[in-house]
Amino acid sequence: MHAGRQRRLPRVTALLAILFAIVSVTALAEDRDAQWPMPAGDFANTRFSRLEEVTPANVGSLKLSFSFSTGLLRGHEAAPIVTTDTMYIVTPYPNVLFALALDKPGAPLKWKYEPKPRASSQGVACCDTVNRGAAYDAGRIFFNTLDGQTVAVDANDGHELWRAQLGDITHGESMTMAPLVVKDKVLVGNSGGEFGVRGWLTALDARTGHQVWRAYSTGPDSEVLIGKDFKPFYSQERGTDLGVKSWPGDAWKRGGGTVWGWISYDPGLNLIFYGTANPGPWNPEQRPGDNKWTAGVFARDPDTGAAKWFYQYNPHDSNDYDGVNENVVIDLEIGGRMRKVFAHPDRNGYLYVVDRETGEVLSATPFVNVNTISSIDLKTGRPNRVQDKEPVVGRVIRNMCPHAGGGKDWQPSAWSPITRLLYIPHQNLCQDEEVVPANYIAGTPYVGANVKMHAGEGGHRGLFTAWDVAAGRAVWQIKENFPVWSGALATAGGVVFYGTMEGWFKAVDARTGKLLWQFKAGSGIIGQPISYRGPDGKQYIAVLSGVGGWAGGIVAGNLDARDVSAGNGWGGLMSDLPDNTRQGGMLYVFALP
Amino acid sequence: MSLRCPEVTLAVLLFAALAGCHREERRFSESLPASTPLDSVVQSDIRPGGTPLPHQPDFIYETNAYAVSQGKQLYEWFNCKGCHADGGGAIGPALMDDQWIYGDSPQNLYATIVEGRPNGMPSFGGKIPPQQIWQIVAYVRSLAGQVRKDVDTSRADHLFTRKSEQSMASTEPRASSPPPQPQ
Repeated sequence: MHAGRQRRLPRVTALLAILFAIVSVTALAEDRDAQWPMPAGDFANTRFSRLEEVTPANVGSLKLSFSFSTGLLRGHEAAPIVTTDTMYIVTPYPNVLFALALDKPGAPLKWKYEPKPRASSQGVACCDTVNRGAAYDAGRIFFNTLDGQTVAVDANDGHELWRAQLGDITHGESMTMAPLVVKDKVLVGNSGGEFGVRGWLTALDARTGHQVWRAYSTGPDSEVLIGKDFKPFYSQERGTDLGVKSWPGDAWKRGGGTVWGWISYDPGLNLIFYGTANPGPWNPEQRPGDNKWTAGVFARDPDTGAAKWFYQYNPHDSNDYDGVNENVVIDLEIGGRMRKVFAHPDRNGYLYVVDRETGEVLSATPFVNVNTISSIDLKTGRPNRVQDKEPVVGRVIRNMCPHAGGGKDWQPSAWSPITRLLYIPHQNLCQDEEVVPANYIAGTPYVGANVKMHAGEGGHRGLFTAWDVAAGRAVWQIKENFPVWSGALATAGGVVFYGTMEGWFKAVDARTGKLLWQFKAGSGIIGQPISYRGPDGKQYIAVLSGVGGWAGGIVAGNLDARDVSAGNGWGGLMSDLPDNTRQGGMLYVFALP
Repeated sequence: MSLRCPEVTLAVLLFAALAGCHREERRFSESLPASTPLDSVVQSDIRPGGTPLPHQPDFIYETNAYAVSQGKQLYEWFNCKGCHADGGGAIGPALMDDQWIYGDSPQNLYATIVEGRPNGMPSFGGKIPPQQIWQIVAYVRSLAGQVRKDVDTSRADHLFTRKSEQSMASTEPRASSPPPQPQ
């Protein structure tokens, strides 16, 4: 009996476990499509929805289901976040969190939460007072405020659970990025690369808000969390305290390398990947050296923050080519075998395919017109820079391509595992630049560059490109008059979505790029489109309109285009935007009738 | 007639020279508006009971090219340019248009720089010496064509980003705040 019991119990347990697994997998699968818990949709940063109700054949009859005004006038870059029956939107400053009831007709407001950040923080936001979205995990909503706080709110009733003051606006720090929640840790980074701040990524305990670790992007190894596990692929990233030694004097203390972009996570390798922003100031003569660990990508253990490897896209960056763009985690067949990689369209105009286990660059191909870098040396990993286009004090360098915003800025691309294409929203822009001595006064801009931008070859300022990552070539491309400053969304139905700065929300065929449907929003679109299955079982597509951001400052900040350097060089370039769109934050949600 | 001509010319030249001296005058110590500006700062058009506007002292830097050109240099050195560009605005509002959120008088501008403003303008009081603030004030007003043309700075040595202050059209200042942001 004893023995029999012992034999039977495991069998029952096993059966139960299998049953439970089936139930939970089904539940999870359903859950996953009914949710959009983080701006990128998933840890891999694919921005791919598995829903296939909306197809090229029927998208033409897509209709507006409901809309919601945020009542705010600055740039709306956030992605709506969706759990089973609620949609959450975080606005630009003053960073109000709205919760909309998706299970009621018209999705009325359930509640709102106001963190009331300090108004002065608007003065240290380099590129409009944007916020790139919230994140949902285990009944909590997390987001950052412009004045440098991370906040946790109860997802059900909107009451504040905790808040952590991480950034200091008196030193030019702000926060604009969307957190990523990995294993009960909220990962957040700072902004302020144009204010001489020192960049960092911080992990907070999701339950309490207490700091678990912080990894700086400059400074001694102990503060960058570089230890015995650190094994970078290229020799120039090896050595002790390079975050100090690759700078003159104590310039690393105000050297930038902020973390305001995207974080991706590979649960299999237990590694997070995120980029560090430009070194400060822009004037490169004030910081001879490689300026580590700016303008590159870190792989870290999310539990401890320990760095596993680092690769610098732009050593001694002299173009404001931040490394913060998304690293899309995919497995790719290269040379006949499957490789664990990520795809990264960098500001410098090259699309990198990087072995995410080792940090080796497998390929780097220009996806726009680039004349500042002639090629990437795959042996050393270093870019071959074009000397004629190198900024020097006392000389105006003409026609540097891509411009300071890069071949692509923050606006995130989407990957479809079906078409195996990366859909990249980006721009076709160049600039004239003169660097000048920058004066560091804490809390004020630290840039040292006079800039005026112009459209690149062809005169179109924006592009939407479907990129074959394995082959390293564009499959199709759509030219847009204005920079495409919105995110992209790919769906299993075979439709890809993006928005334009005039306010067109577009659906195109994932395979051909053919325009299938468009809707004119009240204001230009720089938000991130998402898709979810509503409580009624239908597929919905949602996006925020509300022009602004760095590219749209001329409208959001009412700049005067007679000064072409307005908005850090965008003024002249975007002087016709105010004739094409006006301010105003509004959520639009669409479905088939 | 022909005899008196040189005298007239001489008189004209002398006047021009004297006027020029004033335009070019370098001041090393000041009493000027610098000491007591704030009692004349007004933000509202409404004067309850018709109270007269306080006396607005003459702003002598606006007739002084040296002060305006110093202001232009200080505008860069104190990173005003980082937020307001060459007058077109960036993080902060444009300064070359006709919209003056906190008033357009020299006293208003002085108060704005010293006190800061709630939506992001830093408080520079204690950081910049008053005399230099007044020079910046003169330059900022010149950005919108509010100083005499012969006092304006001419084209900058840097990357050409806009017409010089001298060739900039003068626009009538309007004290108009943008609508407040709803919360």
